[in-house]
Amino acid sequence: MTDSALVLDCRGMRCPLPIIELARRIGDVAVGEVVTVLADDPAAASDVPAWCRMRGHEYAGTGEDVGGAPSYLVRRRH
Amino acid sequence: MSTRGVSAPSDAPVSPPLGAAPPGYFDAASTEPLHPAARDVLLAAADEGWADPARLYGSARRARMLLDNAREIVAAVVGARPDEVTFTASGTQAIQLGMLGTVAARRRQGAGPRSVAVSAVEHSAVLQSAAHLARHEGTTTTEVGVGRDGRVDAAEFAAAVGDDTALACLQAANHEVGTVQPVDEVAGHCAARGVPLLVDAAQAAGRVPLPAGWSVLTASAHKWGGPAGVGVLAIRRDVRWRSPLPDDERGGGRVPGFENVPGALAAAAALRARWEEADAVAARQRELVDHIRARVPELLDDVDVVGHPTLRLPHLVTFSCLYLDGEALVTELDRAGFAISSGSSCTSSTLRPSHVLAAMGALTHGNVRVSLTRDATRADVDRFLAAVVDVVTRLRAGLEEL
Repeated sequence: MTDSALVLDCRGMRCPLPIIELARRIGDVAVGEVVTVLADDPAAASDVPAWCRMRGHEYAGTGEDVGGAPSYLVRRRH
Repeated sequence: MSTRGVSAPSDAPVSPPLGAAPPGYFDAASTEPLHPAARDVLLAAADEGWADPARLYGSARRARMLLDNAREIVAAVVGARPDEVTFTASGTQAIQLGMLGTVAARRRQGAGPRSVAVSAVEHSAVLQSAAHLARHEGTTTTEVGVGRDGRVDAAEFAAAVGDDTALACLQAANHEVGTVQPVDEVAGHCAARGVPLLVDAAQAAGRVPLPAGWSVLTASAHKWGGPAGVGVLAIRRDVRWRSPLPDDERGGGRVPGFENVPGALAAAAALRARWEEADAVAARQRELVDHIRARVPELLDDVDVVGHPTLRLPHLVTFSCLYLDGEALVTELDRAGFAISSGSSCTSSTLRPSHVLAAMGALTHGNVRVSLTRDATRADVDRFLAAVVDVVTRLRAGLEEL
């Protein structure tokens, strides 16, 4: 698994809340580090990569499931 | 954030003529009000065409003649022979009968080709029918993905259509993002393989020229300003089709139940009128849609304008706004006098985002689909843009600093 500098537990949150949380917290890690977004809302599967594309960060794929919830990896790029 | 170039909402709308949509109605892709050309025809046909078209006396023959007339008009517009056209109860029913009947004819006693090829962005009626076939006929569904612009790659689609394909389905144009699909490019390949191609033309019929290479074509009258309760199922004469339903002699043995003659004639009248004005309406709508596509990203930060920039339907444009809830956008824009739809998960009964937006890799939340009626004006669109800026700005102000 990619080393993650920060894990955001967004389980139980409906979109766009996980994306808002990601936008608020991306600045908490250094450029080049990875944030893991743990989210069980099915919209996150589309919206995390779309947010990365729109905001110029790198979507690094899915991480390990935690308690049945998928996780998404985001590398801060700027 | 600038609102320069957007007119103030002072040019208050005048009330529309009887039966027309109000000026802020921007959900034509869901349904349009009755076309003026269809209103009188619907009433006249109710008076003239009420009798049973299957009987042999005078009033029955009149009903039959009106139904045949409706079929001829629709056939001419969609590029079919009149005997290839049947009216259904809806576009969805046309898709269901088209898909199930074509596969039934190709699969006897569980033998025959097994796969149904569909694009990932088909209407849910197509995807649900494919799932139904998988459950009841043992078919497998081959889903072909799309690019960021929502368009299927013709070569990739063709590669998914092989000897084991019972049926291929590719929409004429997408109902959520407006992207036109390369139907004629894949039709030759399907024909060479002997695979029937079903084209869902619900969003394209009456608006743009339709592709010619279909085996089965489906459409829905209320999308072009015909009445609800009328769909179109056209099956080429050389395509094998077997009813998946109990035998019924009505509807040429294709569609069960007593024919809706007034509805069919009004649908045909609306389609002919739409087709005659299609170039002029499309030119006007393209200008308005291009204006929305250009202005939205200038007026607002963090928006994803979705769909192919040029290979698109004239009347439909979709964009998604980061950090916003689609349901809140629909509600607030409604309050401001605008009817739009959204593919965001919070606006769907299943709480899943639009499969079209997801397949395209588009942002699914904060989604707005704008689809213009035939009489939408630049003033309507400018009032809408001002309202979108106001609503998005207000809703985002409710969030903490991002």
